[in-house]
Amino acid sequence: MAEIRVNPTRMELKKLQARYQTARRGHKLLKDKRDELMRRFLDVVRRDRELRQHVEQELTQAYAAFAIAGAVGTPEELHAALMLPRKATEVTVTYRNQMSVTVPDLFIAPHSGKPEDSFNYGLAATSGELDVALTRLGDIRDEMLHMAALEKEAQLLAEEIERTRRRVNALEHIMMPRYLSAIRSIKMKLDENERGNITRLMKVKDMMVAAQIKEKHSFFPDEEEESV
Amino acid sequence: MYCEKGSGAVMYKIGMIGDRESTLCFLPLGYTVMEADAKNAATVLKNAVKSEDYAVIFITEELALSLGEELAKYKDLPLPAITVIPGKAGGTGYGMASLHAAVERAVGADILK
Repeated sequence: MAEIRVNPTRMELKKLQARYQTARRGHKLLKDKRDELMRRFLDVVRRDRELRQHVEQELTQAYAAFAIAGAVGTPEELHAALMLPRKATEVTVTYRNQMSVTVPDLFIAPHSGKPEDSFNYGLAATSGELDVALTRLGDIRDEMLHMAALEKEAQLLAEEIERTRRRVNALEHIMMPRYLSAIRSIKMKLDENERGNITRLMKVKDMMVAAQIKEKHSFFPDEEEESV
Repeated sequence: MYCEKGSGAVMYKIGMIGDRESTLCFLPLGYTVMEADAKNAATVLKNAVKSEDYAVIFITEELALSLGEELAKYKDLPLPAITVIPGKAGGTGYGMASLHAAVERAVGADILK
């Protein structure tokens, strides 16, 4: 692991300690964010899965009904009957902030009307099966739109969760250990300096005491002989 | 992106990309149908996304399978929502698989299985 290279001073130590505290707070916040994002994501995915199963089932049945309708007349007749819808279905979009992820909500514009309003073909030239197929499709129009919105939300949330997870891991396994090791090495260096200072002082004191004793003895040389 | 005249609100269309048989029935619903085959699907999709007219683009599973990585490029855009639905040939499970892929991306493992 690459070390942070800093001068072993008290000022740097204070700075690093402050950065470590910030990283720790950020890590906690991001972890909370990830957990909440995950909760919402799983909720969205569950709803989407149920909706998708329903929509896929309905679509299969609609296709089957449509195939029967196609078998009654010629494909050209069918195409001619369907090629001119009365109006395009339009969608309005509102955006929602979901834990800092901008998520779109999709709604059918009110003026688009009900699906059956835009069936624009003559009843004489088409079979009843076509009505059945299109009514089935019309019934799931809103659900399809809802499913599309949920899937988009799931994709966007998944991206954000992935990003947040990386940030949490980077803080937890790289940044915070680096700060801690830098703080430890500075502390050790400062302690070492402190010990060096104390040793030096003790040595100086010893030298001074020795010098004083020597000086004292030079004034009273007899005392030394007596004591010996 | 276009505005409905006089309303001022931004209105989007719903697109449907697929083969002729699968898309024809969506015409009466007011979807904008874009016929495509495996060869030109990527171009059709790219143009549709680029036009910014669509909030949702449905695409059949057969074409989505042939597009592969091309679809993943639009995953992280807020719009359009590109959604895979079964085509006339029936479901291949691709739509559900993409949901599982999203779970795997988020959680790290597919916990829906």
